[in-house]
Amino acid sequence: MITLNEIKGILSDTRPECVEDLAQQAARLTRQYFGGAIGLYGPLYLSNFCSSHCTYCGFHSQQKMPRLKLEPAEYIKEMQFIHAQGLRNILMLTGESYKHTPVDYLKEAAQQASKYFQGICLEVHPMETAEYKELFLAGVDGITVFQETYDRTRYAQVHLSGFKKDFDFRYHTPRRAAEAGMRQISFGILLGLSDVAEDLLGLYRHLREMEKAFPGVEYSISFPRLRTVRSETLAACNVDDIQFVKIIALTRLLFPRVGISLSTRETPQLRDHLMSIGITRMSAGSNVSVGGYTLFKEQQDPQFDIKDDRSVDEIVKALKAKNFDPVFTDWRHIENVSV
Amino acid sequence: MPKAGGLGSSYKDIMNITINGTSQQIASTIDLSVLVQTFCPQSRHVLTELNGVIIPHDQRSDTFIKEGDVLELVAFVGGG
Amino acid sequence: MSASFLTIAGRSFKSRFLLGTGKFKNKTDLSQSIVAGDCEIVTVALRRIDLERHEENILEYIPPEVTLLTNTSGARNAQEAVRIARLARSSGCGDWVKIEVINDSKYLLPDNNETVMATEILSAEGFVVLPYVTPDLYIARALVKAGAAAVMPLGSLIGSNQGLRTKELIRILINEIELPVIVDAGIGAPSQAAEAMEMGASAVLVNTAVASAQDPAGMARAFALAVDSGRLAFLSGLPLQRPTANASSPLTGFLYPS
Repeated sequence: MITLNEIKGILSDTRPECVEDLAQQAARLTRQYFGGAIGLYGPLYLSNFCSSHCTYCGFHSQQKMPRLKLEPAEYIKEMQFIHAQGLRNILMLTGESYKHTPVDYLKEAAQQASKYFQGICLEVHPMETAEYKELFLAGVDGITVFQETYDRTRYAQVHLSGFKKDFDFRYHTPRRAAEAGMRQISFGILLGLSDVAEDLLGLYRHLREMEKAFPGVEYSISFPRLRTVRSETLAACNVDDIQFVKIIALTRLLFPRVGISLSTRETPQLRDHLMSIGITRMSAGSNVSVGGYTLFKEQQDPQFDIKDDRSVDEIVKALKAKNFDPVFTDWRHIENVSV
Repeated sequence: MPKAGGLGSSYKDIMNITINGTSQQIASTIDLSVLVQTFCPQSRHVLTELNGVIIPHDQRSDTFIKEGDVLELVAFVGGG
Repeated sequence: MSASFLTIAGRSFKSRFLLGTGKFKNKTDLSQSIVAGDCEIVTVALRRIDLERHEENILEYIPPEVTLLTNTSGARNAQEAVRIARLARSSGCGDWVKIEVINDSKYLLPDNNETVMATEILSAEGFVVLPYVTPDLYIARALVKAGAAAVMPLGSLIGSNQGLRTKELIRILINEIELPVIVDAGIGAPSQAAEAMEMGASAVLVNTAVASAQDPAGMARAFALAVDSGRLAFLSGLPLQRPTANASSPLTGFLYPS
């Protein structure tokens, strides 16, 4: 396992050769293990009700904003729209609210989603193993849960109330999901929230621990960069593009087979460059507000500001132009057999 | 080949047993400790298994052989 | 990971060079090799005594403080290995056993599945079990669960002196398995032992290369030095080997707009 000093050394090396060298190695490894495949998915925000107060999030519990939760008839419309764009992998998101979006609500959403999508992942509040099991049997294949930061002090500073305040419960969520049989688990840190080198090490260790305990799960990592929400800057420290590229390349080198995902927080130009350097999953044609695809004439509050608003077709075109292989689904659902 | 037991070799006192896969004739009055010593003078390092049961060193003098017994006498040798 | 000591089943050893005692031309060579190599663990086997000839007791040539690791060689399945292990224990010389189950006279490859079964039975009976296997991650995980005290993956076929033919598979075990990984079989030269140690192996077991050397004691000393050197190199942090540069279009020029 890489050491903290080695990570710091890489991040502080200002020579252009450093980032180029890392990028070349990462590109080669990604090509070697993933070919040119880039998995595409669409996010669907089901609800922005949230009981946790995370200072950096557009939906946090103290934010005064219209709270919405989609009922089945509504989210089915959203699903149909995403499906019509060509996407077959969906990531369903909610704020953290056991009350508004309990397991039964999510199960129903998963069952409906199964009619339109092959891959169904959830990015919702952390749950218990038994609840993940129910969701798994309802058709959910994977979950996404970002620790945001592995620095407990900083974590406590930015998570002021609600379930998310519990660092350990969140930390052990991947384990509980794996025990329930989830096939895909996605990790992440929010770049800019805390010391990058420390958080990278925390992330790598967490992932390594999970790889050893649950070797059969397909892991992936995301590196959302804390940017603006409604144009308000919230970052504690700046992670510039050079650092960002290094982080992605380094992660690829250390975990050659783990997926790396890139959201629409990043600009089209950067996303296109990063395709070659280690990214293996991208969201496309995204809308990050509740009901934002079909239901509301006026854009509701987004969770973050989107920078890449290209349609699915445009992204597919861009991928093919660079010799990449957009993959809409890489598996067929038979049934989620009991664990 | 040493005469089994070396004592009491009258016909009725002889038994047939198998030692290390070959038939041997030994005196019927013999105990395992004496038997091992006969075949291996420095018997301290020999390990014994009688009819599939391991007989520790201190139990050998209390263990008597009967007709048809299968005995393994093994010892440590060089090995990888 | 303890830097200087090899720890197996709660016991610590300074030496990471295990010696096999087979194939030596004479017993004096053996005892001199053990001393010259500073070996603290040696393997022995069990054989039927020769009823017609008086054989020397090999234990007289092994210093009393050396840990005996009885090899179950000759066993073709788990039950036979268990039987041999129990017999060895009745000697009062300890309960360390190297499980070697081979039902293959052409390649002498171990039967991984039977080895796992024997490990389960013997570890439940309190033996310190060191299983010898063809490197396989699933088998290694099963051995951990079965109670093994270490894992001994082969480097190449017994007696072949071909070195670490299974290097990448051994590397996976070192990365993924928490038990000591002791590379056994096929190490034909001190440089190969050093290679195993540089990779992060916890120890090596060598037999043929020492026993059949012209000067076994000298060779044992050479191996001891190589194992120490390889271990020190590993602890000192070998620099990552960079793949050779190849000309290809720059990927990060866009980060430095001129």
